[in-house]
Amino acid sequence: MSAGLLLVQTLDGVQLGLLLFLIAAGLTLVFGVMDVVNLAHGVQYMLGAYAAVACAGWTGSFWAALPLAAAASLALGAVLQRLVFRRLVGAGHLDQVLATFGLILLAEEGVRMVFGPAPLSLAMPPALAGTVPLFGGLRYPVYRLAVVAAALAVAALLWLAIEHTRTGMRLRAGASNAPILAALGVDVGRLFALVLAAGAMLAGFAGAIAAPIVAIEPGMGGSVLILAFVVVVLGGPGSARGAFLAALLVGLTDTLGRGLLDAALRVALDPSAARMAGPALASMLIYLLMAAVLAFRPAGLLPARGRR
Amino acid sequence: MTRALAAALFALLVVAPLAAQAAGNTWLLSLATSAAITAIAAVSLQLVVGTAGLVSLGHAAFLGIGSYAVLILAGWGLDEAALSLPVAMLAAALFAWPTSWLALRARGVGFIMVTLAFGQMAYFAAGALAAYGGDDGMPLDRTPTLFGSALLARPLALHALALVLLAAGVLAASALGASRFGRVLRAARADPARLAALGFDVARTRLIACVMAGAAGGAAGWLMAVQSGFVSPATLDWRVAGRLLVMVILGGAATPAGAMAGAIGLTLIEEALSAVTEHGRIGVGALLLLVALGRLRRTA
Amino acid sequence: MSVLAARGLHKAFGALAVTQNVSLEVAAGEVHALIGPNGAGKSSLIAQLAGALRPDAGRVLLDGADVTALPAHRRARLGLARTFQVSALVADLSALENVALAVQARARRPLAPFRRAAGDAALEGPAREMLAAVGLEARAAVAAGALAHGERRALEIASALALAPRCVLLDEPLAGMGHDEAARMIALLGRLRGRFAMLLVEHDMAAVFALADRVSVLVQGRIIACGPPGAVRADPAVRAAYLGDAAAC
Repeated sequence: MSAGLLLVQTLDGVQLGLLLFLIAAGLTLVFGVMDVVNLAHGVQYMLGAYAAVACAGWTGSFWAALPLAAAASLALGAVLQRLVFRRLVGAGHLDQVLATFGLILLAEEGVRMVFGPAPLSLAMPPALAGTVPLFGGLRYPVYRLAVVAAALAVAALLWLAIEHTRTGMRLRAGASNAPILAALGVDVGRLFALVLAAGAMLAGFAGAIAAPIVAIEPGMGGSVLILAFVVVVLGGPGSARGAFLAALLVGLTDTLGRGLLDAALRVALDPSAARMAGPALASMLIYLLMAAVLAFRPAGLLPARGRR
Repeated sequence: MTRALAAALFALLVVAPLAAQAAGNTWLLSLATSAAITAIAAVSLQLVVGTAGLVSLGHAAFLGIGSYAVLILAGWGLDEAALSLPVAMLAAALFAWPTSWLALRARGVGFIMVTLAFGQMAYFAAGALAAYGGDDGMPLDRTPTLFGSALLARPLALHALALVLLAAGVLAASALGASRFGRVLRAARADPARLAALGFDVARTRLIACVMAGAAGGAAGWLMAVQSGFVSPATLDWRVAGRLLVMVILGGAATPAGAMAGAIGLTLIEEALSAVTEHGRIGVGALLLLVALGRLRRTA
Repeated sequence: MSVLAARGLHKAFGALAVTQNVSLEVAAGEVHALIGPNGAGKSSLIAQLAGALRPDAGRVLLDGADVTALPAHRRARLGLARTFQVSALVADLSALENVALAVQARARRPLAPFRRAAGDAALEGPAREMLAAVGLEARAAVAAGALAHGERRALEIASALALAPRCVLLDEPLAGMGHDEAARMIALLGRLRGRFAMLLVEHDMAAVFALADRVSVLVQGRIIACGPPGAVRADPAVRAAYLGDAAAC
């Protein structure tokens, strides 16, 4: 594999990882701090992408659609928190599974009813539609670089919010020791509402900026949800720093692993066997990574402080 | 009440063939058979979710492994049920062993996420089996023989077999739940540290339960393949696992009979809704949400 | 030889060292009390002895054998029982069934998959004896969750008895008890004295000085004194670090 190709795959991996981080950030906090299992978090990503398509169609502008989709995701998160998630805090995990699985069916079928079952696509904004040259004659899409930049900016904002605000301090305290929140006199219900709505917005924003580079279909939230779960487990539940590291690791493992494995198998096996084994092994790499971490560091790579 | 409902629903499956014959409708029989097979899968999952209190979203993998065992053995010319059924169960148990061991290392609800992730791994692995149809799957050439006879090709005989296995499964799971083994699993739900202080190896006990449930799930997958005559990665989709989990929860999670009732009941509700509208899943989703919120209101 | 021994145990959470070079011996049949102010690290020490928490350094010996690497359930099988500070019974099982669960842990086939547990005479017979030993025979059929606080603590002792232990770690058995309940528990522990060694973690000084053969004092993760109750009470370092502020409140 050439150095240029390696660079392209690294960039792809970083881009996938950053998107995963935006989705996993809310999930890990809701799970780690509030002990709520939210299977419907992937739905927020899916709805964010559809919201971007709808808003782009309505306003005729990608740039208007992006903030509108994020705002819609925030609003939906707040509404769902009010109607459903508020009641799930402190409930049994089985009831949480039942309610959020119900939400998935509702949302996926609802979208299928409104937009139809066929995958949709969203055109890139013309300003970002081009490519930039890398070395070795390779070119890389500008839009993907913009996704990396946007996700990094949001991640930085999130880091500032968690490390340097009062709410962020409470979150960190709650992640390492949940009962301490009530003891400190924190309004846990309000904190949860905030985290849930913000998490929904991040996932929706991720869906919106991913919309031009993925197939937009009702089931797109499911596979992303599972990857986000892997990120949460890898990073350590409740740990935003852990989620960031794990998300990049998952993204890079997926893209680089695929390329490197393909090359390695070509050397080791004859071409037809490599073609058969390659995709199977490649799609399993992330899960093997998770298995290794669970075997050696079951609390995750960067567990929330005080938790082990 | 759950018991009475479970008994009534089981009776419904027993008389379904008669109704099908009277109505001249084979679809009714195949619906009943598939409900019975789904119920076997739900009963096996209940051991893990209800008795052991471990919320698993990876049960579809065991169904898939059981199904692919039929397909792969048939590809080697081995289509005897007396061989392929035990192999299907063994293969599922062998997958359950390491994956459950790892999932048990993730504390608390981490179990959900890890079982879900390994389920997805199995899904991708099945899709990568190019020799067996890849993402599209593949039909079985022939229905497996039962001790050399072509009995299983007859829908009525297959239905009877599914019912027998379902009844045996419910009875065995109930006995298991009431046994010393079951009592340790149940007691460990509340406080594993205390059980460890008494000298019980909680993780090992739970692992045994997971492997047993995996093997039984493999049997359900075997039946699915035999009934549909088709094997594909769709069986391993995480929504299949989610649907099974929902069935167990709707059945109250506490008993195998409840899980059976939940499975048959939800299958019938889905069928009824899809007869009314092509978007029946909306109704199912709303139902699940309302049931969950209703339960929370009652306990609040 | 001591039944239970800690040798140079050390445990830190980040910068906070909760156990610092702790060595401790519990002799056969002895009641050894472990006292210390709140936050001294008593619970962490108990957890390390029981196997619920792995020490960073040091060893735990049970009957002279090194059990430092063994998990809690293996140590329990070797005769190390414990009670918990927060009563950790199975609330929906009856008192009898809770003790039967402990009997089951010692049974020949503790995990028999198809042997019905409820009503099993092999489990409930011995369990009844244990209940009688702690004075709970009349409450056998009551769900553990419905028992009074003092009864639940006694039930925990009965569960520990069922393990036929060599040594029992008692984590604040009198916590939250009224005067009468506490007196009954002290009398019960007094009756059981000599059947096994006890490491008694307790705040109630009257109980400690009534029961203990020896007292160790833990302050900020270190043992600062160990000896007969009278000597420890007179120790100026102990008075300064602990008894002084206990008397103040």
